[in-house]
Amino acid sequence: MHGPVPLLHDYLIHSARHLSEKVALVCGKRRVTYGEIEARSNAIAHHLVASGVARGDRVIIFADNTVETVVSFWAVLKANAVVCIVNPLTKRDKLRYLLNDCQPSALITDKHLYPIFKEPAEACPSLRRVIVSGSIDDAELTGLPHAVHWDAAGAAGHDAPPARSCIDIDLAAIVYTSGSTGDPTGVMLTHRNMLAACTSIASYLALREDEVILNVLPLAFDYGLYQMIMAFRTGARLVLERSFAFPAQILGLIADERATGLPGVSTIFSMLSGLKSIKEHDLSSIRYVTNTGAALPVKHIRLLQDLLPAARIYSMYGLTECKRCTFLPPEDIDRKPLSVGIAIPNTEMWIVDEDDRRVGPGVVGQLVIRGATVMRGYWGKPEATARKLRAGPLPGEQVLYTGDYCRIDAEGYLYFIGRSDEIIKSRGEKVAPKEVENVLMDIPGVREAAVIGVPDELLGQAVKAFVVIEQGRTLGEKQLQKECQRRLESFMVPKCIVIVPSLPRTDTAKLNKRALS
Amino acid sequence: MLLTREPLDTYRKQVRDFLVLNFYIAETNLLEVDTSLLDQGIIDSTGVLEVIGFIEETFGITVEDSELLPENLDSIERIAQYVIRKKS
Repeated sequence: MHGPVPLLHDYLIHSARHLSEKVALVCGKRRVTYGEIEARSNAIAHHLVASGVARGDRVIIFADNTVETVVSFWAVLKANAVVCIVNPLTKRDKLRYLLNDCQPSALITDKHLYPIFKEPAEACPSLRRVIVSGSIDDAELTGLPHAVHWDAAGAAGHDAPPARSCIDIDLAAIVYTSGSTGDPTGVMLTHRNMLAACTSIASYLALREDEVILNVLPLAFDYGLYQMIMAFRTGARLVLERSFAFPAQILGLIADERATGLPGVSTIFSMLSGLKSIKEHDLSSIRYVTNTGAALPVKHIRLLQDLLPAARIYSMYGLTECKRCTFLPPEDIDRKPLSVGIAIPNTEMWIVDEDDRRVGPGVVGQLVIRGATVMRGYWGKPEATARKLRAGPLPGEQVLYTGDYCRIDAEGYLYFIGRSDEIIKSRGEKVAPKEVENVLMDIPGVREAAVIGVPDELLGQAVKAFVVIEQGRTLGEKQLQKECQRRLESFMVPKCIVIVPSLPRTDTAKLNKRALS
Repeated sequence: MLLTREPLDTYRKQVRDFLVLNFYIAETNLLEVDTSLLDQGIIDSTGVLEVIGFIEETFGITVEDSELLPENLDSIERIAQYVIRKKS
């Protein structure tokens, strides 16, 4: 590590020093070593500094999961600036909003996104530099403000990064959370926040230097981003793909690259469960699988146990505001399949009722998180910050009020019930969508389920379910409703069930419930 | 189904019409036959499933798991060529 107090980019610097020749990143046909990423990120960092990017300035990276994105991430940190990766699926209006909100000094992007970023970049007065990779022609480039091609920006050779001026309580990154609950909000994370999160996660995942982590999740999504950071921290190898859209390709890659780690989300496990030929693929290299968000549906646990009998399966839960709250130790998954586990190392959690009093085991309330991973707040949104960050037990400290309803059992295991804004109030009773979704998912033939509340004159809100049926199965709405009646208290049974071909997702593959209502 | 002398052209048009109708495409005039659907953010993991449903229904073929590859599905041209290969 660089000196006694590391910053986030020391992960790269350290690995490059010890493993310079090792392939750190596999992305499509490209294989890039730690030494190369170190050198290229130094060059881009110097270019950013020379372009007027100062300590604490924001730099937006608007690009796919590519080598350039990875290099840029480290370069921005080395330039003492704050990195913000924006999902390449972002549409023009939202990009305009993000540029306006974040006020970046520089934008790093790729030619294929030109129709999206051209106008927002032109209209963003804070930009002092736009760096574009890919085959952009000179006319297009000169039409953009302060634009330069990626190759030109990274042309000069530098043995060392620019002089460091940040300390570890400075911001390292702003991560915009997906729009599933309103306008995107930038979560401010310091170097210390992110170092603390990495140290904690690496300890329970027991990552090793010979790990080959296959990441198909967008780097704009903190779960995807941390795969990259953790790989570099460990001196491991990251196999970076853009998406799980073409499963046969990804499954082939697992075998070819001998991937050992597979971080997933529910969409990915749903797609895997839909593949008839899944058993024909060689998945024997996989040592661990992770899932975050909510607990894995039991049918996905069974599928993974069946496919990967030797792999450790981690159910995890967290939110960008503190990176991660809990993980379920793999050995507990059969004993407590519905739990998302215990607090991650070096994090403390408790549940409070509506009067902010701590409640005992088994009682549902709001989850509060205390630890070094808790964010600095929302970028430019002091009121929103004040709702989430409140005074903690020590003078001056702040803890995170997650806004998530959960309960903790007598052994300290957390059960996620629902986001506070998702709880349905029907017939005066509180219904957690997750509970109804769990029951629907347990019905053979159901592939995915999403439950929301819709306005209802009689009930206040009525429970409405959207269900995706597995291919080749026939299940009717009435049949599903009967199954729910058999398993749920009557006020929780969906009044209306709609069978749909697929569920809407946000840019980060999370279920987009707003699009359902 | 339409029968013309040039089925490839018909397939291209059918695929294009389906995409334009069912997906958000910022500038439809920029959707060329060889535009990468993934690159342009036109389809994602869920979108691919819809495309597969469309192909199976419209062209009466079954897309095998092992064929879920960008070579077969990542542009209008690739989908049209794939359908031709499957039907021959």
